Amino acid sequence: MKVIKVLGSGCTNCQTTARLIEEVAAEQGIDVRVEKVEDIAQIMGYGVMSTPGVVIDEKVVHAGSVPDRKQIAGWL
Amino acid sequence: MFDAFATLLVYRLLALDPASHLGQALHFFVMDTTKIFFLLLLVIYVMGLLRALLSPERVREYVRGKPAWLARTLAILLGAVTPFCSCSSVPLFIGFVEAGIPLGVTFSFLIASPMINEVAAVILVGILGWKLATLYVGSGLLVAWVGGVVMERFRPERWVEDYVWKIHMGETQLPEQDHSLAGRHRYAITEVKVIVGRIWKWVLAGVALGALFHGYVPENWVVEHLGGQDNWLAVPGAVLLGIPLYSNATGVIPLAEAMLGKGVAIGTTLALMMSIAALSLPEMLILRKVIRWPALALYAGVLAVSFTLVGWGFNWIV
Repeated sequence: MKVIKVLGSGCTNCQTTARLIEEVAAEQGIDVRVEKVEDIAQIMGYGVMSTPGVVIDEKVVHAGSVPDRKQIAGWL
Repeated sequence: MFDAFATLLVYRLLALDPASHLGQALHFFVMDTTKIFFLLLLVIYVMGLLRALLSPERVREYVRGKPAWLARTLAILLGAVTPFCSCSSVPLFIGFVEAGIPLGVTFSFLIASPMINEVAAVILVGILGWKLATLYVGSGLLVAWVGGVVMERFRPERWVEDYVWKIHMGETQLPEQDHSLAGRHRYAITEVKVIVGRIWKWVLAGVALGALFHGYVPENWVVEHLGGQDNWLAVPGAVLLGIPLYSNATGVIPLAEAMLGKGVAIGTTLALMMSIAALSLPEMLILRKVIRWPALALYAGVLAVSFTLVGWGFNWIV
């Protein structure tokens, strides 16, 4: 099971990102747990200033925009 | 082209009278909506393709550790090319503080960023011409420079929330960018979607307001009350009016176009544009998470005074 964190202070783009990841994972039958990280100190801890950011296995793979489905499929 | 299209649609197909208020307002609305959105899509896509849109993480790397004058110059110039969303001003503020960038420089960045950006600059040239675009961008850069310096004098460090100083940013390497043409295209399309998705409301509202002004406000009244140098109160009035009004830098352009068209003085128009774009209650409330009220009041005060001086200056010169 992959743990995927979505970094963002609760803005719409962050929620969209989390939802997209869950959808793509479900399509591909991959078992993931999507966690939303909303605490600013934690977000900054990943070195990310522009949200939404995406962290997979504690590694930042994306920051600053809503990723598209193809990108998400690539990470999974 | 856009003019011809609006004429065809409004005066021919809808058969409205070109002399009527409604006809003029609608013509303005159709022409500016099509023209601005066309320019927006084009400019953002091209910037995205060239990767000319900088992320705040990169700006922070460029600015940190530089001597004050250079840091400020870089912060302002980079602020002008960073597509800014007020939702990211908190992490941005903290990130700058954490990098040891002086607060005055951070404020310069925060002033420049919403007021000037390359997308708005291109549209400004397209709608209002070179001269006004240069005046707006030039005075905006100046205000950002002076504003940051003045803020620094008041030692704003004492008003920064304590937790901000305690945050430590991780040294995570941000993901490599995909530099193939397909990757650039994908990135540009995403940028267009994100930025247009964020600002289309402001642009439409700006065009609608501009259209109403263009169609319904009588020219004589404008020239008499807002045209000349006699009315000293017009500029501070415009600045005050701009505080509760909020739009982004692109959205204020059609309003400015309508105002100038009716003969509102240049300084008064510039003051209103800047106030609407850079001084806004929602952004203040977001910044409240990192700085306390006295700093916010100072920030608003410094900007209001600067915009008023810019407005008076241009009304006096031109």
